[in-house]
Amino acid sequence: MGVIETRNVTYTYPGAPKPSIADVSINIEKGEFTLITGPSGCGKTTLCRCFNGLIPHFYQGEMKGETIAAGLNVSEHPICELAKHVGLVFQNPENQLFALSVEKDVAFGLENLGVPREEMRQRVDEVLNLTGIYDLRERGPSELSGGQQQRVAIASVLAMQPEVVVLDEPTSFLDPLSAKKIFEVIRNLNRKLGITVVLVEHRLDLTARYADHIIVMDEGKVVLDGNPHEILCSEEARLIGIGIPKATRLYQMLKKDGLKLGNTIPLSSEEMASLLTEALKDG
Amino acid sequence: MIVVKDVHFTYPNGIEALKGISLAVHNGEFVAIMGQNGAGKTTLVKQFNGLLKPTKGTVLVDDINTTKVSVATLARNVGFVFQNPDHQLFSESVEEEIAFALRNFGFKETVIKKRVTWALNLLGLTQYRKTSPFMLSGGERKRVALASVLAWNPRILILDEPTIGQDYQQKEKLRQFILQMRTQRKTVIIVTHDVEFVAECNPRVLLMRDGQIIADGEATKTLTDTDVVTKASIVPPQIAQIFLCLPNMELPKNVIDVYEAREILLKTLERKTK
Repeated sequence: MGVIETRNVTYTYPGAPKPSIADVSINIEKGEFTLITGPSGCGKTTLCRCFNGLIPHFYQGEMKGETIAAGLNVSEHPICELAKHVGLVFQNPENQLFALSVEKDVAFGLENLGVPREEMRQRVDEVLNLTGIYDLRERGPSELSGGQQQRVAIASVLAMQPEVVVLDEPTSFLDPLSAKKIFEVIRNLNRKLGITVVLVEHRLDLTARYADHIIVMDEGKVVLDGNPHEILCSEEARLIGIGIPKATRLYQMLKKDGLKLGNTIPLSSEEMASLLTEALKDG
Repeated sequence: MIVVKDVHFTYPNGIEALKGISLAVHNGEFVAIMGQNGAGKTTLVKQFNGLLKPTKGTVLVDDINTTKVSVATLARNVGFVFQNPDHQLFSESVEEEIAFALRNFGFKETVIKKRVTWALNLLGLTQYRKTSPFMLSGGERKRVALASVLAWNPRILILDEPTIGQDYQQKEKLRQFILQMRTQRKTVIIVTHDVEFVAECNPRVLLMRDGQIIADGEATKTLTDTDVVTKASIVPPQIAQIFLCLPNMELPKNVIDVYEAREILLKTLERKTK
């Protein structure tokens, strides 16, 4: 069984005329880096809210099917218990920051868990450094820029050391170089500490390279689920209109033109450049 | 036309966000302002509609000095869509939200009805006409904020991070819409981190760092100059990265468009196999 599993989950927000997600069954293995993508409003965020029990506990509404996170059926366990296992970084950082200083915001979750003071100090400093906001630790989160706030939100969740980190477009306000650095931090947590990562993103140019597993949603349903190389090069993915990385798109076009290129489908510029370098040499 | 002359701006807390900016944006131009978080991009565009007034220097919008008029007066010509839609949405339905500014500007109810319908349709929001904006997804709320500004048809449109939370098709619609604005000689200024979107639009690009403009020119030039790109804390578009990695000296290094890339590679590789 995966670390996150949904079985035929259908969920309707209170008062909504139709379900936001319908009959979703997915399985995310421990240690995987999973990318969830799909057109705006397709149910990505709603699905993530099931992973830590915000659905059904906080949002109420009507849920069918079940979600198992870290071995716990989310309907049967309170959010505060699930939060130890599954950390969620929201799309809009203002929705999760509230303390008077960055440091206090990052420490808040640990205080709730009753982590001893010394360890708390250490963990807070560690994640502040990791996310590059150590110098901002005494500033008020509300006076920071959108990008800085996103880093605080990520740091707060990482400090809890959950087994699964779910990030909903966590770098949308960050400049591209900072976004790249954050994605590399997340990737290292995944590779080195074995933390399971679930990333919701539209910008596949930046993120597809990190993924072991991709789930594509459309109109509340899972439409593609599997290996990112195969899925991103497929005709179905192009037709749904997800932003296929330009490197993959270029490869797809050149192959169609009958050009001889290696068979490993590229997801990043480096991968595409090395295929082209080979082709230029061979020619 | 917007003319910015040696503008400095210091926030009340002492942070100097703009350090001597001079620039001119002509009618019908499409400009993308990019650069590091905290570089002063949003502070700069807030000068264009008078939300912020320069500490030193002048900003002229269609020959009007922004310090001499109210934001409300400027707003009729300069539409501003915020980065975070929640900072501007407040109505009970999407329809009401879009109609709000139109009522304030004193449009007739019949005109308001038409404009609202037009804006809803343009941004694919018709099905949410009666829905509360707060029931919508992040990307949808962003489109409501955009619709509410487009509805009053300002001559200058400023969009702060318009592509956040938007999927590929929405971005393509936005691109088409901006092109259409340009044919009507309207000015569009976007603040964005989305290099791939900029690569597809190929606008004039201003790169900012630490309160100053460090590069100004066509996207093909600015986004492929690895030195300034790194200084501005962005990365070149993926196609440019590929060309920058290729050892072949004959190949150009300033390619950002996937179709152009394909043409060049086909020619080069076909020549090699002959």
